[in-house]
Amino acid sequence: MTAKSSSSPGPARRRWLYFLPLVVLVLLSALFLVGLDRDPRFLPSELINRPLPEFALEPVPGRGRPLESAALKGDVSLVNIFGSWCIACRAEHPMLLAIQREGVVRIHGVDWREKFPEDGAAWLAQHGDPYDRVGLDPDSALVIDLGVTGAPETFVIDAQGVVRYKVTGPITPEIWEKELKPLIAHLRETPQ
Amino acid sequence: MIHSPVRSGWLGPLALVIALASGGLAGPIAWAVQPDEILPDPALEERARDISQGLRCVVCQSENIDESNADLARDMRKRVRQLLTEGHSNDEVVDFMVQRYGDYVLMKPPFKFSTVALWLAPALLLGVGAGAVVLYFRRRATEPAAAVAVDLSDEERRRLARLLEDQAPPTDKETPA
Repeated sequence: MTAKSSSSPGPARRRWLYFLPLVVLVLLSALFLVGLDRDPRFLPSELINRPLPEFALEPVPGRGRPLESAALKGDVSLVNIFGSWCIACRAEHPMLLAIQREGVVRIHGVDWREKFPEDGAAWLAQHGDPYDRVGLDPDSALVIDLGVTGAPETFVIDAQGVVRYKVTGPITPEIWEKELKPLIAHLRETPQ
Repeated sequence: MIHSPVRSGWLGPLALVIALASGGLAGPIAWAVQPDEILPDPALEERARDISQGLRCVVCQSENIDESNADLARDMRKRVRQLLTEGHSNDEVVDFMVQRYGDYVLMKPPFKFSTVALWLAPALLLGVGAGAVVLYFRRRATEPAAAVAVDLSDEERRRLARLLEDQAPPTDKETPA
C-alpha cells in the first residue's frame, strides 16, 4: 500500500468503494433489527383452516364427559392445552375462568402429560374449573396431531370442527378482547 | 505418574464435573432413547433412529428427537415407531410430522423459494470472496514493481540518493580518533 500506481483507473472512479463497508453495515443492521423482533419460538400452526383430526380422549377422573372430536361440532369453541405441571397455565387460569364467566364461548381442556390422571382433577378442584369437557392426553397423542410445542396453547375451532386460530402461550386480556372475541363473533356471523 | 497425588487429586472432581455436565440435567442415562421404546425388529428400529435424527425436537429447537430427553421428543419418537409398525414408509412418517409441525420440524430445511437465501448464500459469498482474491492478485501481477519509482519527482530522487549516501559504510579516514 505504498503510492498509488499509474495504471489504476484513478481515484474518482473507485471512490464509491470506500462507502461499500458502510453500505454493507447499514444493510446488515437493518437485517438484524428486523430479526430482533422475530421470536424464534413462534411457530405458525400448520393446522389453520384444516379440520381437527378425529380423536377421543379419556375424561379426567371424576369429571364425567370425555373430550372427543364429535363434541366440538355445532358451535365455535376454544380448545386449551394445559397441565397441572405447567406454570404458565397457572398464570393463564384466571383469564380462562373470566372467559367462562363471560359466557361467550365454551372452553374445552386437554390435560396434557399428567403423571397421574388424578393430578389434573386435583388442580382443577384447587384453582377452579373453566372447562366444558376435559380429556387426558398422557402420551401427547392429540398434542402431536395439533402440532403443539408447549403449554398453554389455545385453538379456536369453528362450528364445523375446523381449526381457525392458535394462541401460543397464555391468553392475555388483550388477546381475548382484540383477537379472540372478534374472531368468535365473526365465525358465528358468517356461516361457513 | 498415574499414582501421583496431583493427578488423582483433580481427576476425581474433573470426572464429577464431566458427569454432571453430560448427565446432570438429563438424568443418569446419556442415551435419550429408553429401552422400553426400542422396537423388537432391529430393521424397523434402525429406520426409526434414522428418521428421528432428521426430526427436530420442537421444545429444545437445536436437538433432534433422537438425542433429546424432552418429554415431547420422547412422545414423538414413540409416534414415529408406532407409524413404522403400522407399515408406513420413511417418507410418510416424515410427512406426518411436517403436516403437523411444518418444515421447522426438519433438521435439514428443504430447498424451496423461502429457503433459497439459506442454501445459496454460502456458495455465493464464497464465489464473491474467491473473485475478489483472484482480481487482487491478477491486478498486482500486471502492475510493474518499478512503477513506484516512476512516480518519484526529481526532488524526491535527489533526496533518496542523499539518504542512501548517508547510510554508506564509513571509511577509515572518516573515523574520529
